[in-house]
Amino acid sequence: MPPETRRLEFRSTGRMRELLGEYFARVGRAVGEKSVPLAWCTSVGPAEILRALGFEVYFPENHGAMLGASRRANDGMPKAHALGYSQDVCSYMTSDIGAFLSGSTPLENYGLGVPRPDVLVYNTNQCRDVKDWFEFYGREWNVPVAGITSFRGLDDITDDHVTAVARQMESLVLALEEIAGRRLDASRLEEAVRLSRECSDLWKACLFSAAHRPSPLTFFDGTIQMAPAVVLRGTKDACDYYRLFLAELEERNAGGIPAVSGERHRLYWDGMPIWGRLREHATLFAEQGACVAASTYCNSWIFDALDPADPFRSMARASLELFIARAEGPKEQYIAQMVERFHLDGVVFHDSRTCPNNSNARYGMPRRLRERYGIPSVTIEGDQCDLRCYSPEQSRTSIEGFVEQLAER
Amino acid sequence: MNDIGSDRGTRRRDAGDPRYAGVDSGSWTTKAVVIDNAAAVLGQAVVRTAADLPVAAEEALSLALGRAGVDRPALSGIRATGFGRHAVPFADGTRTELDCHARGVRHHVEGALTIIDIGGQDAKVIHLDAQGHRIGHKMNRKCAAGTGSFLDEMALRLAVPTARLHDLAVAYQEEIELGSFCTVFSGTELLAAIRQGKRPADLARAAYKSVVKRVLEMDVFAGRVVATGGVVAHHPVVVKLFEQYLECEVLVPPHPQEMGAFGAALLARELDEAGRRDDGA
Repeated sequence: MPPETRRLEFRSTGRMRELLGEYFARVGRAVGEKSVPLAWCTSVGPAEILRALGFEVYFPENHGAMLGASRRANDGMPKAHALGYSQDVCSYMTSDIGAFLSGSTPLENYGLGVPRPDVLVYNTNQCRDVKDWFEFYGREWNVPVAGITSFRGLDDITDDHVTAVARQMESLVLALEEIAGRRLDASRLEEAVRLSRECSDLWKACLFSAAHRPSPLTFFDGTIQMAPAVVLRGTKDACDYYRLFLAELEERNAGGIPAVSGERHRLYWDGMPIWGRLREHATLFAEQGACVAASTYCNSWIFDALDPADPFRSMARASLELFIARAEGPKEQYIAQMVERFHLDGVVFHDSRTCPNNSNARYGMPRRLRERYGIPSVTIEGDQCDLRCYSPEQSRTSIEGFVEQLAER
Repeated sequence: MNDIGSDRGTRRRDAGDPRYAGVDSGSWTTKAVVIDNAAAVLGQAVVRTAADLPVAAEEALSLALGRAGVDRPALSGIRATGFGRHAVPFADGTRTELDCHARGVRHHVEGALTIIDIGGQDAKVIHLDAQGHRIGHKMNRKCAAGTGSFLDEMALRLAVPTARLHDLAVAYQEEIELGSFCTVFSGTELLAAIRQGKRPADLARAAYKSVVKRVLEMDVFAGRVVATGGVVAHHPVVVKLFEQYLECEVLVPPHPQEMGAFGAALLARELDEAGRRDDGA
């Protein structure tokens, strides 16, 4: 059998769990006591506007990840399929809808069901599925659905693109004000954008600490540690947490404490995590002495463009600059830059069955990276939630074989 | 070379000429090969893997040792490969079949290569550069198309044993195409063709063409092309079809079905020799 590996836990994680408990308690009070209005928001939707209007903000993709990580996604998914939501559409959506329909969710650990909001707000910069997802609940609960229809596959981001998205964000405000029962205060919006930017900068610093050899954290750690950046973006709590976490990472780097003992190979992960196999993957790579030190996925909560002095346009630009919204050319350059910046030996592409928009091996990228930049890669097939689409043995062989290939060089 | 597989200790080194073994624990069959220190194959065996992987590995190795006339204690190293590589309790360590097939083929053929390996439940395309280093691989998507299992299903539909499918196919008269990616849908296509009065021989050839096309879709084939694996060993029409579609010669090294086990034995030899050098240093 392969050698045993022991994962070094982060001390900060205890505080993160407390924060998440407090967060879900607030969501629960918004639903049960109507303490504040509740809005659903897509992961990179206009959360800052919602925060400035006093909404508690719930991110259902986080629920999808929870369902995947707890291996409960496939329990409810068949109910969504039976309703006509195909096995080929986003499994975050089908597992979330399935959990709702079956009345069974890991949110129960926080005393919650799938929470009924006052409004659902999407941004299609990541995919169209988020709109379909929110419209399901809009019909189910007779709750208003609003959002931004964004651009995708962008090479250059022009002022026209930014203006078009910024105007859609501005035009959301009136309807959201009516639901919130208050006017949008410019200074509150600036403060939310400032805090989001600060959170983004701190999260980026945490992730980029992995450029150190040996890396103090892995992609698999990052997928857990990113929770505050996802659900608490635009709050002081998130910033405070990442200051704490960053200090721990710097401490590890100063002491040369590696996330992967005996780190010999450094890799990049592109695409979604396979949530139900996260621990297994962390162990598999560690057994090979391979540290997955950087990823597109964790970097997706870095918003360098956010600027409190120009909230709407900077939020628009930040949403357009995201990797997932870009064309093949910028994506290719981005991955090549990451490989150089993090001193990486190769790339693992996860081709997710139900997330084509975040699967980047489908248009010749691996071959181009090898031919233009000399970057080797391997592609494994799977899914963020739907474990029916994943073969552990085939993936294991492919990953082990890839690391063997790197060891030969 | 850095052996990244697990090691279970060092085997005794006898004074006589060293012997090495490789075991390829595949999804369908388990293969074992015993070689001498010049890499000559002394004995080999192929057994059904069935449900007990360690038992199959033991049986394959015992058979190969018997055919080689080598006693187990005389082995200076045993390495395991294949999907069940971690379930071979007597192996000194493991490597993937990607590595071992490449290693085995490289022993026979030099230069930049594309290796096609078609097994019972998967198909692989492995690229080697001019120095023989692996530079990439592709594995079949998560279905049976392009694998031996597809041929088993088609043979079942045609009511012939898989072992007879090849002889049936070489007697074809008409070219027929199976259009579906899916094994089940291909089976349905086959039944529809039977209803239309198509000849079983033509349909058997169509099944082989489907396997070859699924593999060709996996990657670009550059350099010399080498084919290995159980399907290649038992269904030579597959090689002819690759040559037809690729318009080049496709090489088949000796013992194509046992190539992974042979590569594992070569690895055992390489690591043992490296150990001896270290001991002498």
